[in-house]
Amino acid sequence: MIWKTIKVNFHRLGSPPTFYRLAQVLSPWLWGGFVLCAAIGLYQALYVVPPDYQQSDSFRILYIHVPSAWQAMAGYVVMAILAVIALVWRIRTVEIMAMAGAPIGAAFTFICLATGSLWGRPMWGTWWAWDARLTSMLVLLFIYLGIMGLYAAFEDRRKGARVACILILVGVVNIPIIHFSVEWWTTLHQGATIRLFSGESTMHESMMPPLVWMTIAVKLMFGAALLDRARNDLLDQDRRKGWVQARLGEAA
Amino acid sequence: MIVRSMSALIARDLRLAVRHGGESLMPLIFLFSVIILIPLGVGPGPNLLAAIAPGMIWVAALLASLLALENLFRPDLEDGTLEQWWIGFCPAGALVVARLFSHWLITAVPVIVFAPLAAQMLYLPAEALGVLVLSLLLGTPILSLVGGLAAALTLGTNRGSILLSILVFPLVVPVLIFATGAVSAAADDLSARAHLGMLGALLILAITLVPLATSAALRLNIE
Repeated sequence: MIWKTIKVNFHRLGSPPTFYRLAQVLSPWLWGGFVLCAAIGLYQALYVVPPDYQQSDSFRILYIHVPSAWQAMAGYVVMAILAVIALVWRIRTVEIMAMAGAPIGAAFTFICLATGSLWGRPMWGTWWAWDARLTSMLVLLFIYLGIMGLYAAFEDRRKGARVACILILVGVVNIPIIHFSVEWWTTLHQGATIRLFSGESTMHESMMPPLVWMTIAVKLMFGAALLDRARNDLLDQDRRKGWVQARLGEAA
Repeated sequence: MIVRSMSALIARDLRLAVRHGGESLMPLIFLFSVIILIPLGVGPGPNLLAAIAPGMIWVAALLASLLALENLFRPDLEDGTLEQWWIGFCPAGALVVARLFSHWLITAVPVIVFAPLAAQMLYLPAEALGVLVLSLLLGTPILSLVGGLAAALTLGTNRGSILLSILVFPLVVPVLIFATGAVSAAADDLSARAHLGMLGALLILAITLVPLATSAALRLNIE
């Protein structure tokens, strides 16, 4: 019974007006949560956490760098799951969601690379190194750009979305490479500090809370931006359709 | 039946390549223009050239494989042959594999044959030549497979050529790393087996999975 209700409601989300309404309701909450978590996280990161004994204050950039890096990869996984759903069940709103993820993921990848580079200059003595982790992250950025370019190159947006979904699935091979790059190759980037499942994290516990807050904040922001982008894309594609006209007429 | 269709397609592609003589020489001309320009650009010092030779030959092979991609499926799409692949009795996936194989024969095999000569022009130690050829044999099929996928993905667009290189290059980074790693190791008298093993593993992964994605992409594009 409950299962049936869930199923029916899930299928209803395939209908653009229903999806639009849900996204419209959810997104302000996600944005609000992001602002709150980010405010707490940034305050703690900048004022509460003690300076590092070796790096003094410059380590604080990790509170931006690490959550963005995690989100760049997690966002890709989300897109890959959406791509599977889109290709198997051909649900249009899911195709649009998968495509909406690419620019956000690319932005997080870029933030990760840029903050890493700003930190690397004083700490490693170089802006960039051809290290395994850095290179695989750069590859991720180009995969994101490829997905965006491919989607944009098609006249028929649905066809473009479906073809780009195949590219998303092919690019998944890069995700484990990024994750394990610091274990497989011993180059410049440090190994994993935070461990959820195996062993202990090697970060002092006084430095942990802002990282948790910022990670949650970034996840909420990804969700909010994803819904907003998907909503805009949907409006743009359906601008001549009845439900959009009705909705805009309502607003005006 | 399937084998006959596949060999007929390969034979047709090869015949076309032979008749377009000049065009099918492009990969070789490209390889040698890169090899000739490098010493002029970075200076003719043998040590420097030997150090960069594996990377340069591999980059040339990679770029040469991109040359013919634009027309890998497009003419067949335009004259309607591609649709027949899905209508006919022979599974389309087999024909995709056959087409990729003929692409490899036409663009990669000449490069592999002449790679030792090119390597000698860049003073690569003779001991590394065998590994160079082996790395090309294992690696260039991956380039053709990934390139074919990119060609299939961009088939429905009208400005495919710029996109093609953006799509291919991130996916072939591991090939380039392991292949040049193998040749450099051999040039330094180290064992290249670990690198070649990884390259072989990548080839198996690509052969098993990429044709599926390529067929799916082609299908979407003829819909």
